[in-house]
Amino acid sequence: MSADHAHSFAAADALEETAAPAGGGAPAARARSDEVLLSVENVSLGFGGVKALTDVSFDIRKGEIRAIIGPNGAGKTSMLNCINGFYHPTEGRITFKGQTRPKMRPHEAAAGGIARTFQNVALFKGMSTLDNIMTGRSLKMRTNVFWQLVRFGPATREEVEHRRKVEDIIDFLQIQHIRKTPVGKLPYGLQKRVELGRALAMEPELLLLDEPMAGMNLEEKEDMSRFILDVNQEFGTTIALIEHDMGVVMDLSDRVVVLEYGRKIADGTPDEVKANQAVIDAYLGVPH
Amino acid sequence: MIYREAGQYKTSYEADRAVFPLRQDRIGIALIIVAAYAAGVFGSDFLLQAVLIPFLIFSLAAIGLNILVGYAGLLSLGTGAFMGVGAYACYKLMTAFPEVNVVVWILMSGFFSAAVGVFFGLPSLRIKGFYLAVATLAAQFFLQWSFNRIPWLYNYNISGAIEAPLSTLFGVPITGATATSEARYFVVLTLVIGLTWLASNLVHGRIGRQWMAIRDMDIAAELIGIRPLTAKLMAFACSSYFVGVAGAMMVFLWYGGAEYNVFNIDQSFFILFMIIIGGLGSLIGSFMGAALIFMLPIGLGIVLPAITEPFGLTVGAATIEHLRFMIVGALIIFFLIVEPHGLARLWQIGKQKLRVWPFPY
Repeated sequence: MSADHAHSFAAADALEETAAPAGGGAPAARARSDEVLLSVENVSLGFGGVKALTDVSFDIRKGEIRAIIGPNGAGKTSMLNCINGFYHPTEGRITFKGQTRPKMRPHEAAAGGIARTFQNVALFKGMSTLDNIMTGRSLKMRTNVFWQLVRFGPATREEVEHRRKVEDIIDFLQIQHIRKTPVGKLPYGLQKRVELGRALAMEPELLLLDEPMAGMNLEEKEDMSRFILDVNQEFGTTIALIEHDMGVVMDLSDRVVVLEYGRKIADGTPDEVKANQAVIDAYLGVPH
Repeated sequence: MIYREAGQYKTSYEADRAVFPLRQDRIGIALIIVAAYAAGVFGSDFLLQAVLIPFLIFSLAAIGLNILVGYAGLLSLGTGAFMGVGAYACYKLMTAFPEVNVVVWILMSGFFSAAVGVFFGLPSLRIKGFYLAVATLAAQFFLQWSFNRIPWLYNYNISGAIEAPLSTLFGVPITGATATSEARYFVVLTLVIGLTWLASNLVHGRIGRQWMAIRDMDIAAELIGIRPLTAKLMAFACSSYFVGVAGAMMVFLWYGGAEYNVFNIDQSFFILFMIIIGGLGSLIGSFMGAALIFMLPIGLGIVLPAITEPFGLTVGAATIEHLRFMIVGALIIFFLIVEPHGLARLWQIGKQKLRVWPFPY
């Protein structure tokens, strides 16, 4: 919970302005560096006899969009679960922002600046869009129980201040019209968008997206791709995403890591990965 | 036509987060509160003692349980016992320090039941749903046993019962044999209004959102940074506080005395039914559920003879009692089928319809 990672929206705007004249193309405007934000070293994960991950190593650099792809059951979601502390790797280590933590609980990962969306939408169904996104700011809220009880003074000020931030996100994702709608009633595409909003409300440094386009039509995919690129460029958020739509993966990501049966088989830029024989074999199969 | 939001613009987030954003709602609440106080002045002794005081006390207990079950999604069957903890704590405090005002002790006794609630809530970190209900059932039986078998709790009375000693507020007796039902009603009403206000603040703020997040999707809540441990134990603490205060009020401001078996499992189920019928996750539903479950039998007891007598049927008191059970049971099933989300949802739908009336939408 260091103060330095709380990059505000204002700072993100400034960053965009300086970056914008560099060129209209998506990768050129991106504020990338070679600084490693998260590194995964020799991670293995086993459930009893089943090996979900075997000796996987890769890194995610600050400011990049990193895709994790692979056939079904390759261990992609297990990898994300390891990164945000939901699973603990049986071997290997994960270093985030230069700190290696042997066993990190999910809420500690969240406090450290890792946010996450889910493959099957995991929204708080009984709450409105607004409340869902407001809940995403729980970690940033500080007023104690006394002020919460009287709902006055500091509690009101805090609530309003966070509401402003949340309204920025609502504007950004263009979901103003469903602000007060219970999310259980929303169509799937919008639920995915609200879930992204909830993750953004945490102002994460690293955003993990588990199949953000799953089950969407072409138009919704285009919208979502635009949002992902905008998040990356405007807020400077580093993104790791799992996706099965190869067109999306190749267009969005800076670097791609390919998993198959829990092992890493390729790692590199989209073009390198596309040309990699092992990847082609994994996806298309090899004659025996 | 009266219930319209037209022309009521919200120009600030402060206005938008109000619990009652509509002016009509605010006026309605104010009228209800005024009427409630007026009832204390003009109401008959029967109305106050047999209807309104218990209704308010059960509403408060229902609010407490609703925080746990409706907002945080943790099932509990120990409500009766937690009420008992509040009552016995209040009794011990009152008899040990008689010079302190009883209202202070009633409010303090909630902290004891909160502590006991947190202790018995610890299993909730590992188990959910019916399994948690069984764990809280253990609390119910253990605590009820304690109320009976630990004589220290009832000051070694030979009767084994706790009795409200005489005490006053502003010179007016509010507990004990000489307290009038008016005086007790005003104390109960004021306490319930105040505590409901606090509960409403809690559930509409950060803490309430965290509870609902845990209820709706605990994994996602944890990944957002909500600590399940704190959120769940907080829910147990707050819930048990309200339930405990309701228990203390029940003994000291309504019954005047009680034995251990007042706080049995029936009491737990009674309050659980109230929130299921009233609406899980709704404060107004807690009041509606308490009204339906508690006041309907009383109403039927008055109405049924009035219906049957013109036909020359003299129905015995026992038959009326049975009829009451049957009708209440049938109504509960009816409500569960027609509106499983409780009376609070019906109320919401009604308000929505009223808002656009006379048009369908």
